[in-house]
Amino acid sequence: MIADGVEDEEKWLSAGIAGLQQNAFYMHRALDSNNLKDALKYSAQMLSELRTSRLSPHKYYELYMRAFDELRKLEIFFKEETSRGCSIVELYELVQHAGNILPRLYLLCTVGSVYIKSKEAPAKDVLKDLVEMCRGIEHPLRGLFLRSYLSQVSRDKLPDIGSEYEGDADTVMDAVEFVLQNFTEMNKLWVRMQHQGPTREKDKREKERSELRELVGKNLHVLSQIEGVDLEMYKEIVLPRLLEQIINCKDELAQYYLMDCIIQVFPDEYHLQTLETLLNACPQLQSSVDVKTVLSRLMERLSNYAATGGEVLTEFFQVEAFAKLNNAIGKVIEAQDSLPIAGVVTLYASLLTFTLQVHPDRLDYVDQILGACVLKLSEREKLDDNKATKQIVALLSAPLDKYKDIDTALKLSNYPRVMEFLNDGTNKEMANVIIQNIMKNKTRISTAEKVDALFELIKGLIRDLDEVHNDELDEDFQEEQNSVARLIQMLHSDDPEEMLKIINTVRKHILTGGAKRLPYTVPPLIFDSLKLVRRLEGQDESASGDEASTTPKKIFQIVAQTIEALTSIPAPELALALYLQCAEAANDSDLEPVAYEFFTQAYILYEEEITDSKAQVTSIHLIIGTLQRMHVFGVENRDALTHKATGYSAKLLKKPDQCRAVYACSHMFWLDEHDSIRDGERVLLCLKRAIRIGNAVQQMSNATKGNSGSVVLFIEILNKYLYFYEKGVAQITVESIQGLIELIRSEMQGDGSSSDPAADAFLASTLRYIQFQKDKGGAVGEKYKLIIV
Amino acid sequence: MVLVLALGDLHIPHRAPDLPAKFKSMLVPGKIQHVICTGNVSIKEVHDYLKTVCSDLHITRGEYDVDSRYPETKTLTIGQFKLGICHGHQVIPWGDLDSLAMLQRQLDVDILVTGHTHQFTAYKHEAGVVINPGSATGAFSSITYDVNPSFVLMDIDGLRVVVYVYELIDGEVKVDKIDFKKTTTS
Repeated sequence: MIADGVEDEEKWLSAGIAGLQQNAFYMHRALDSNNLKDALKYSAQMLSELRTSRLSPHKYYELYMRAFDELRKLEIFFKEETSRGCSIVELYELVQHAGNILPRLYLLCTVGSVYIKSKEAPAKDVLKDLVEMCRGIEHPLRGLFLRSYLSQVSRDKLPDIGSEYEGDADTVMDAVEFVLQNFTEMNKLWVRMQHQGPTREKDKREKERSELRELVGKNLHVLSQIEGVDLEMYKEIVLPRLLEQIINCKDELAQYYLMDCIIQVFPDEYHLQTLETLLNACPQLQSSVDVKTVLSRLMERLSNYAATGGEVLTEFFQVEAFAKLNNAIGKVIEAQDSLPIAGVVTLYASLLTFTLQVHPDRLDYVDQILGACVLKLSEREKLDDNKATKQIVALLSAPLDKYKDIDTALKLSNYPRVMEFLNDGTNKEMANVIIQNIMKNKTRISTAEKVDALFELIKGLIRDLDEVHNDELDEDFQEEQNSVARLIQMLHSDDPEEMLKIINTVRKHILTGGAKRLPYTVPPLIFDSLKLVRRLEGQDESASGDEASTTPKKIFQIVAQTIEALTSIPAPELALALYLQCAEAANDSDLEPVAYEFFTQAYILYEEEITDSKAQVTSIHLIIGTLQRMHVFGVENRDALTHKATGYSAKLLKKPDQCRAVYACSHMFWLDEHDSIRDGERVLLCLKRAIRIGNAVQQMSNATKGNSGSVVLFIEILNKYLYFYEKGVAQITVESIQGLIELIRSEMQGDGSSSDPAADAFLASTLRYIQFQKDKGGAVGEKYKLIIV
Repeated sequence: MVLVLALGDLHIPHRAPDLPAKFKSMLVPGKIQHVICTGNVSIKEVHDYLKTVCSDLHITRGEYDVDSRYPETKTLTIGQFKLGICHGHQVIPWGDLDSLAMLQRQLDVDILVTGHTHQFTAYKHEAGVVINPGSATGAFSSITYDVNPSFVLMDIDGLRVVVYVYELIDGEVKVDKIDFKKTTTS
């Protein structure tokens, strides 16, 4: 059916164009031979094609444009006629004899144009006459195009100030009056289209109306370009009349389009000065009108206007723009109670953008907006609306983007309250946005108070908000916690007292996080604390001697308690590593008991919690490595710890691991920098023990798979012998080295042995090293000379 | 000319939030042929980031690395050079060059890249070179005070390797270079 209709339309359009063109042809002939009578006859016939009711607006427009072109030629002819002596008044009279009213009016407008140009009558009179006469066409589509024609031909002939058609007093008023009247009538026609035809074709009609909107809107353009329309006239006459028509027509399509048109077409300065009037119209519009978009666009324009800076901003203050907009939004929300919550938030978000642009320093305004939002949100139920939550996130992100400094956002008292309305997932999302903002802008957060406020804001990440325990340690969760860890790195104060407060505040928050979060959040806090300890090292102890100020001891206490929390998870390897880090820090601060305590805790963990053999090896390395560097321990304490360490080493599961750990222990007994820690006996004991373990490995592998494993161990031990020999440890004799070399050689050439290229290469490079040392000469050379390879 | 990036001990996010921006802008993907990482990155995100700089990533395990599948040591050959990687917490005393030289002999490599001390060193001895690229993020270390962020770029060309060390000192990137020549292939 519809397809048929389209086909038919095409047919009618073609017919219309054909008819038009045929009459135009004859009209041209008449024009060429100066035959006025015929010209009028054929032009009227031509214009009759526009009397059709069969075309849709789109097609009618095509027909109209062709007629328009022809009428231009006719106008030129009319002008020439008058210069040939024909009276324009007579002509004006003559064209009214045309049979049908529509052609008659088109011709009248055309002559009217020439009439005005001739200046034989004041422009205002002719225009008034024409705009009244056009009332003769009641049909919406035809009427719209006719009046559009009138508008087009009159555009450059308005009695504006400074134009050649300027009349006497009140001349601008005449021009304005003309345009306003034409506009009003056009709007009425346009609105009437909505009610024509059956209801089932409503959508089609709306679409067609939409195509015609610019015909109506053009009038507003014309108004805006009238020079004589200054702010005064706009305020007193133009705007009120426009708004009156817009409100009274009670048509959703027209209201939305025309409000937006006013906003786009007239200068921002005018809008600012008529803000109240404009805004008061909004609640009076039909409830189905998308007022929030209208308001948003208005605020956007005003924001851009404000961005031009300077005195413009004072204007904003004078007219109290913010207060008015805030009020208007409140009224709109009240008036339109079917407005979904997403709409409400969008409105506030637009106002917020405006405020951030225009009054960025007025945090109280920003807070006010957030407060109003909180109020509205609390009146509705808990948010499940995706769109609304997206809008809230946008609302909350705007201040972050603008101020780039989380400090400012933290000062907004209503900020956390808005966040309360987000569900858990979005809360986390928002928390992430906040953290990303801090990381991107590299903001340092420097007081405990701010840290407290910040961690409250991001509490969605810090702990489980609802009772549901989600035990998924998936990638998202890890990423979240890692970003919290990174955040902790950004908290810093140069004042040690304040820094300690910060550390305590963070601690308070992260301890609520539960077992699954602590492995991520505790380590950065520990390292922050150790950094603080190191900072204090440089300071003079006596200065902070008296009261309970920040001392390394205090920090170590806090640290110890915090690491303890890890043991309950359990995360023993991490805790052990951290304890040892703290022990070293205590060592650097000369706090022997504290360091000993940390070692004790580490050892307890090793004995009771660390059972995985690979983890044990790593832990042993850390223990021995750390202990080797300790200089703070007295003899007894040191002995106790080294004894235990050696014991653990010898009890590792795999023998090669044992061997390596034991010879590593030898280093604990010889520190170059400390005369008191040079115990050659113990060094030798360790190395000998290592050899024994090596022998055991040899026996085991002889029984199973050949002697690949043990040779490498012996070569390693040989290298250690050389190490200590060079250091001058008396107990390491040339003979023992010699013996070891023999042992290795015989192992490698032994029966049933498969050659191990790694071992071969290692031995070769070791022997090369010995040779190299020999070649060095001097004291070293002397020593090495004694070794026969 | 083969470019090899050597870096390590980033300790993200435990001790540092991120690589310094100035370093990040220098590490443009596609310019580097190999990446050697001594360990302690320590999370997957950072591992993935390093992979974007160059997909040929060789990494060894540091004591804080979350991924326990990284090996304790690794060797590879680039051009005429044999390289070895080890985080270094396993070699005691930590940072002791003689003990590291022993590891180098054991792995039989010309260049040993190691970390853990967060201190840049380049130590030449008769059998080769021991390089420590320091900490790329300047992370806190109990061993070294005042750690400046640093990393190393090696340019391997035939029997010669030029070691460029980049250090971030007071907000400025300073570059130094050291030349090493291998005597003959062995």
